[in-house]
Amino acid sequence: MIPAQFTYRRVSSVDEALAAVAEHGDDAKLLAGGQSLLPLMKLRFAAPEVVIDIGPLDELRYVRAEGGEIAIGAMSRYHDLHRDPVLAEHAPLLAHVAGEVGDQQVRHRGTIGGSLVHADPAADLPAAVLAVDGVLVARGPDGERRIPAAEFFQGPFETPLAPEELLTEVRIPAQGGAGWGFEKFTRRSIDWAIVGVVVAGSAVSLINMGGTPLRASATEAALADGASAAEAAALAAEGTSPADEAHATAEYRQHLARVLTERALVSAGR
Amino acid sequence: MKVSIEINGTTVSEEVEDRTLLVHFVREQAGLTATNIGCDTTSCGACTVLLDGESVKSCTVLAAQADGHSVTTLEGLHGEDGDLHPVQRAFREEHGLQCGFCTPGMIMASVSLLDHNPKPTRQEVRAGLEGNLCRCTGYHNIVNAVMNASGQEVQR
Ligand SMILES: Cc1cc2nc3c(=O)[nH]c(=O)nc-3n(C[C@H](O)[C@H](O)[C@H](O)COP(=O)(O)OP(=O)(O)OC[C@H]3O[C@@H](n4cnc5c(N)ncnc54)[C@H](O)[C@@H]3O)c2cc1C
Ligand code: FES
Ligand code: FES
Repeated sequence: MIPAQFTYRRVSSVDEALAAVAEHGDDAKLLAGGQSLLPLMKLRFAAPEVVIDIGPLDELRYVRAEGGEIAIGAMSRYHDLHRDPVLAEHAPLLAHVAGEVGDQQVRHRGTIGGSLVHADPAADLPAAVLAVDGVLVARGPDGERRIPAAEFFQGPFETPLAPEELLTEVRIPAQGGAGWGFEKFTRRSIDWAIVGVVVAGSAVSLINMGGTPLRASATEAALADGASAAEAAALAAEGTSPADEAHATAEYRQHLARVLTERALVSAGR
Repeated sequence: MKVSIEINGTTVSEEVEDRTLLVHFVREQAGLTATNIGCDTTSCGACTVLLDGESVKSCTVLAAQADGHSVTTLEGLHGEDGDLHPVQRAFREEHGLQCGFCTPGMIMASVSLLDHNPKPTRQEVRAGLEGNLCRCTGYHNIVNAVMNASGQEVQR
């Protein structure tokens, strides 16, 4: 399978990327790791006229501790994050989750920015960034804006980013010694989660339990009231309406959410 | 567009369509056909090559993205004295293949895996090769081959 015809353009700085998206608007797509966009283009689910390759933007490939926060450049690849010493010390949850995405080859290419902007409800990093109350930094023609993760994921594959905007950075609070847990149930190891759960301190978020990553707010409230892991996990599916399809019924997904939440809470030391 | 890629140490420069995939460039422009196309949907790993030393699925990379970079395919592997690469030798010794279709991708993924983790456990080998499918071997001898290549004990 070969994508439909397009014009390839490579940019070498953020400013050049912004100028290119301003010029082409809706007709263009940014290409980061290409691990979602290229499969979509090969299947002709996406057929942009212009592909703007931001792969060379090493200026967006970094992890830095800044005060109590960790700044992660949007072009950081999963493999970079998985072995990053700053993340290992201050946000081991993110380093771990990055190592669980897809397979080795996908992790060598895929980027945190691409994963967040793609906003697949079955993806891992969006739920992790939501659990740690991350903030997404975008740059566009009017300068920079910061969008909390809770406002960023608006629906399946839907975010508030305009075609003229570039996601440049993700900022997360340093996690200190907070316990964390990650559970992901898949049919085959490289698959996306049928259901997944991220626990970060007292926050719990769910993968693939709706159109966006979700916070399990009933579970979080119960934990705040001193409930045990088992009691709190029993509430994990409350208020969710997950997809009901061939791989898993909605009921099965809700069952998984409860089971996996308990496991994740236990591994987080709750 | 004109794409120039250093493949196994030799620069290949060709005029190709912007939408050309790396795997097609390797097979058709460079004429190196060890790299197979299996699923063509990023699922099977048969098309795995090293891009700047790291394993990638070349059916899911544009040739244009590799322009100015270096690629290693199975044909580019060799041992110290021009003999087989240790991973190739181990796949042969351990009979880590049957039909051989998955083998070029398996070997390239294994080289990358051992580069990051020179002494993996059997479980780490299985997890590290999760992106590569084999329909023949049941994986047991593939895991043995990677253990052998890393100088570790194999399981009979
Ligand atoms: C076999 C396989 C298994 C996978 N398994 C998983 C899994 O288990 N869990 C999981 O979470 N994901 C999985 N993925 C998806 C993978 O994580 C992708 O890497 C990710 O969804 C997209 O990141 P990318 O860098 O490859 O982005 P691309 O594919 O290049 O881009 C994705 C989208 O984001 C836009 N974009 C990218 N970067 C920016 C930016 N900086 N600013 C604005 N827009 C941008 C692009 O225009 C495009 O619309 C899998 C993929 C494959 C092929
Ligand atoms: S042919 Fe590329 S992953 Fe199967
Ligand atoms: S040896 Fe036949 S597919 Fe692996």
